[in-house]
Amino acid sequence: MIRLEHVQKTYRTDRIETVALTDIDLDVEKGAFLSIMGPSGCGKSTLLNLMGLLDRPSEGTVRLDGEAVASWEDKRLARLRNQRIGFIFQSFHLIPDLQVVDNVEIPLLYRSSSAGERRRTALAAIERVGLGSRAHHFPSQLSGGQQQRVAVARAIVGRPDLLLADEPTGNLDSHMGDEIMDLLEELNQEHGTAVVMVTHDERLAGRTQRTVRLFDGRQVA
Amino acid sequence: MLTNYLKLALKVLARRPFFTFVSLFGISFTLAVLVTATAVLDHAFGPLAPEVHRERTLFLDYLILEGERSQRSGSPGWVFLERYVRDLPGVEEMSVYSEPRRVFAYQTGEKSGLQLKRTDAAYWRILAFDFLEGGPLAEADVDGGAPVAVINETTRDRLFPDGTALDREVLVEGQAFRVVGVVADVSQLRTEPYADLWVPLTATKTSQWMEEFHGDLHAMLLAESREAFGPLRAELAARLAAADVPQPERFDRMLAYALEPFEIASREIVGSDDDGRPATRELQALLVGALLLFLLLPSVNLINVNTSRILERAPEIGVRKAFGASCHDLLGQFLLENLVLTLVGGALGLLLSVFAVEAVAATGWIRYADLQVNLRVFAWGVCFMVLFALLSGLYPAWRMARLDPADILRGRSL
Ligand SMILES: Nc1ncnc2c1ncn2[C@@H]1O[C@H](COP(=O)(O)OP(=O)(O)OP(=O)(O)O)[C@@H](O)[C@H]1O
Ligand SMILES: [Mg+2]
Repeated sequence: MIRLEHVQKTYRTDRIETVALTDIDLDVEKGAFLSIMGPSGCGKSTLLNLMGLLDRPSEGTVRLDGEAVASWEDKRLARLRNQRIGFIFQSFHLIPDLQVVDNVEIPLLYRSSSAGERRRTALAAIERVGLGSRAHHFPSQLSGGQQQRVAVARAIVGRPDLLLADEPTGNLDSHMGDEIMDLLEELNQEHGTAVVMVTHDERLAGRTQRTVRLFDGRQVA
Repeated sequence: MLTNYLKLALKVLARRPFFTFVSLFGISFTLAVLVTATAVLDHAFGPLAPEVHRERTLFLDYLILEGERSQRSGSPGWVFLERYVRDLPGVEEMSVYSEPRRVFAYQTGEKSGLQLKRTDAAYWRILAFDFLEGGPLAEADVDGGAPVAVINETTRDRLFPDGTALDREVLVEGQAFRVVGVVADVSQLRTEPYADLWVPLTATKTSQWMEEFHGDLHAMLLAESREAFGPLRAELAARLAAADVPQPERFDRMLAYALEPFEIASREIVGSDDDGRPATRELQALLVGALLLFLLLPSVNLINVNTSRILERAPEIGVRKAFGASCHDLLGQFLLENLVLTLVGGALGLLLSVFAVEAVAATGWIRYADLQVNLRVFAWGVCFMVLFALLSGLYPAWRMARLDPADILRGRSL
């Protein structure tokens, strides 16, 4: 589905040039469950951003369903992200001023659907992550694990076929981390949603189909 | 979508009460000043009673005699007006009346300062005064110099506190005038109809004023329509160009113009060109400039406040972008937030304007001012504010929309 070919990412600031990724070849198939591991600063987030069409590679090609995305304009990329990709972040990134249900609705705002339909879909997603009774709470009224579940609901509300999770359990204790992991596994198995997860936890990585290891921007396994 | 944005907008505003207060204060204060200032302007220049025909009325209140070395300027006198201004083409009615003069009336043992104007009968036909008692000065009164007077409401209440004033006498500078009419007060800003006491032009002790070239008179010309202004002014210019200038050893030309009130204000406030023509353009530019500057201040303030809110909301931008918001969507969202702020500010501004206008009216700086919050002016003010909300929101929104989501969402950069 998403395929990276000889991808290189270089950050240029005034004088310093940082090579964040070198010569990455990676294919994420429909229904795959991948984990990405590596020490801090090795380029994991960068890789995820490239797969999420949030960033463009300096060299190499990113293909979506076989088509190179390089020449696509931002608007088209935004629409693709909206329809096909869901994101989960280490620090949740919920909007503190919005209730759970409004947070979960966000991806649907950028589609054409009625308010009632959006609300129903959002509530179903919240139900799906087991927070049905918290739909009208604010993020600050929830525990870290619950907040991350809201983030999962938000990521899946639009029924994407690719979930990108950047250290989704990084800020959670191992028990809550396991819960999130269970959720991701279920989604992967029940709906065939492809999942790519960055993690520092060997145990969690062990539960995925395949682990990609990065070191200093290079793919070592 | 809209409700979602609106909800958020209100939340965001509530979350930073201080910033919100500063912004709202800027907006509402600006609007209030704008509305108050325009209420005064409207009051001075709008077609209000008694000047119901103001849009087709011209005034001649200034005459310049100019020579190599000397110049004499001021209100024209009877001779000039009769010789050069009387019977201009396209004039339906011409009135000659004096400038107001402060006099004292002695009544019930008290001395009251009053503004007195001498008028002809046409004055009362052009201006639609609101008569509370009696009627205007009649043609016969003016022809015969009858000692009669029209007074305004305030003067009646001061001089005759016990009720009607009709047929009673006002003693002014040793002359007794019989009251024939009482009119509603007219604001001081309506310089031509304004006075406390009106008597016949001819009710003077001597007839010396009838021989004056410069004097204390004004002419009011009610044209058939605005289209008549051009030919009327052209004829006046032609008459003055062909005229024999008095005291030719001192003066070689004579300048006078039939002007609209705004032109007169321009001459008084800004000045006039070499030919004595009022600097209307300059006054307009001055007013527009002041307006823009005045509207710019809260906008700059808004830009500042908005920009400082960007960083705080960077994660939100990142999330929205990741989930499919285009720059367009974000721009729209942020402009809408700004609009909400502006409209709330506008509503407060309206309230504030009502108080401000009443406060100005209550100070008595402008005698007999009946100031009104002009909703048309207010609507214009709101339009301007909306425009500036868009302008002031655009830059921060643009910066916001351009933030790189990849950087924001990386997690560590926060
Ligand atoms: N905008 C940027 N400008 C310059 N260098 C950057 C930028 N973003 C990332 N980098 C650099 O690229 C490299 C990879 O960063 P990245 O965030 O992908 O690492 P990571 O593997 O996700 O690390 P962590 O485990 O700490 O999240 C790092 O050396 C980082 O300093
Ligand atoms: Mg990272």
